[in-house]
Formats: sequence, C-alpha cells, structure tokens
Amino acid sequence: MSLLKRIVLDVLKPHQPSILEFASTIADQHNDCRVKITVTEVDEKTETTIVIIEGDNISYRAIEETINSLGASIHSIDEVEVNNTSGSTS
Amino acid sequence: MFKELLFLFKLVSAGDIARRYFVTNGFDGALTMLGLVIGFLSSNTAVPTTVVLSACLGATIALTVSGMVSAYISEAAERKKELRELEQALAKNMDESAHAKAAKLAPIFIAAVNGLSPLFISLLIISPLWLSLSGFSIPLLPLQMSIIIAFVILFFLGIFIGNISGHFWLWSGLRTLLIAIITAGIIIGVEKLMQ
Repeated sequence: MSLLKRIVLDVLKPHQPSILEFASTIADQHNDCRVKITVTEVDEKTETTIVIIEGDNISYRAIEETINSLGASIHSIDEVEVNNTSGSTS
Repeated sequence: MFKELLFLFKLVSAGDIARRYFVTNGFDGALTMLGLVIGFLSSNTAVPTTVVLSACLGATIALTVSGMVSAYISEAAERKKELRELEQALAKNMDESAHAKAAKLAPIFIAAVNGLSPLFISLLIISPLWLSLSGFSIPLLPLQMSIIIAFVILFFLGIFIGNISGHFWLWSGLRTLLIAIITAGIIIGVEKLMQ
C-alpha cells in the first residue's frame, strides 16, 4: 500500500486568511503533519504560494478540501513523495 | 463554533467595521437623545415625563431599526461585491468557501452592533426618566440627569475613539464633550429664537 509522505502544491490564495492561519488550519485538520508555506508572488487581491505538506499518511483529498474551503485553489501539484509500506517479504 | 465565528469575522475584518459602526451610531444615539431632552427642557412648557419618555423611546426604536437595516443592506452589498471580486481574481467559484460564509454572517453581526449601540446608549440616557416614573428618587430633575449622563457617555465615546487612534484619551474625550456642548448650545439658541 502506498502512503503519501510529502506533497508540494502551487496554491493561489486570497490575502485573508494569512499564511500563518492558512498553515495552522491545514495542520489542525490533519494529524501528524508538517506544513510549510512560502509566498512567491503578491498581487492586489491574491498571493501565490508554495505549500509543502509532510506527514506519515497525507490524504490529498482532505487537503484539497481544506484549501478550497479557505477560498484558495490548487494550481498544480509540483512534487510528491510516496512510500510503499506493504513491505517486502522474502 | 465561537472560534469559527471569530475566524470568519477576522477574514472580512468584521471586528474593525463593527467597532466603527458602534462609535458612529452610538454617537448618533447619544446626540439624538441629548437633543430631544434639551429640546423638552428648554421648551418652557411643563411636559409630562411620560410624554418625554415616549418621544425618546420612539426615537430610540427608530434609531435601532434604522441602524440594523441600513448596516445590513450596505454591508451585505459590500461583502457580495468583495466576494465577486475575489472570485474573479482567483478564477473560481467561492460559494462553498469560508469567505462566502463570512459574507453572509458578517453583515448580521455588524447590523446587530450598529442597531444595538444606539439602543443601549439611548436607554442609558433616558434611564432617569424611567427611574423617576417608577418612583425611584434621583438627586436631580430626570431631564437634567439625562443630560449629564449623555455628556458622560459622549466623553467616554471620545476616550474610546482616542484609544483606537492612539491619541491622548483626555483630549479625545474633551473633544467629543465639546461637540456635545456645542450641539446643546445650538439647540438652546434655536429654541430661544423660536420663542
């Protein structure tokens, strides 16, 4: 079974909530995950951010839902890291 | 629930807007009551306290309803406009987002503040009239007490404004008190001219 360990997203978000609240809301709703956000561009009403989420078993669907509920939209998935945990038995 | 509401209100700066409305309409309420009470006091006619109280209550209710309705209509329109602009900037439908929820809830909160601030302030100002009618003894005439309370409230509103702007509280309080005194002077002056 493959588990999503790390995902890097290109996210366009409104100025509010701030990236601090944005990151906290994502982290609050997903157990044992680490969220890092970098703002790469600031426009009049929006900001482009790179959101890096790391965890043991990240649910992409849940993250997408949270990001959408915060008024932001995922432009692209830039990087993923998936581990296979089925184990290799000899 | 409360945490979510706080988050939503912060999203659209509802707290700042409500604070502004509280001061604006509170000031409105206080000056309206001051004007009414001074008008009755300087009319040189012995108007029964019940009549004064009825007139003041009528004005209070009108201020409350007007405050609620006007704030709701204007804020709901503003929030909708902001949401549409945000949708255009993000090129997505935001009906399911926190911003859409905030756009619905914030006008209700702001309208409540805008309506309730003149209600509470006006009720405080006319409380001596009600106390006098209920048989409580007060140190001055009910109308005089109401005027003093109005001045005190306007002074405190000034202090509140001073705290927001970072100005010296006493100067800010004295400034609103001066506005109240000038208003009272104009009312008395006009009344004298009419008599």
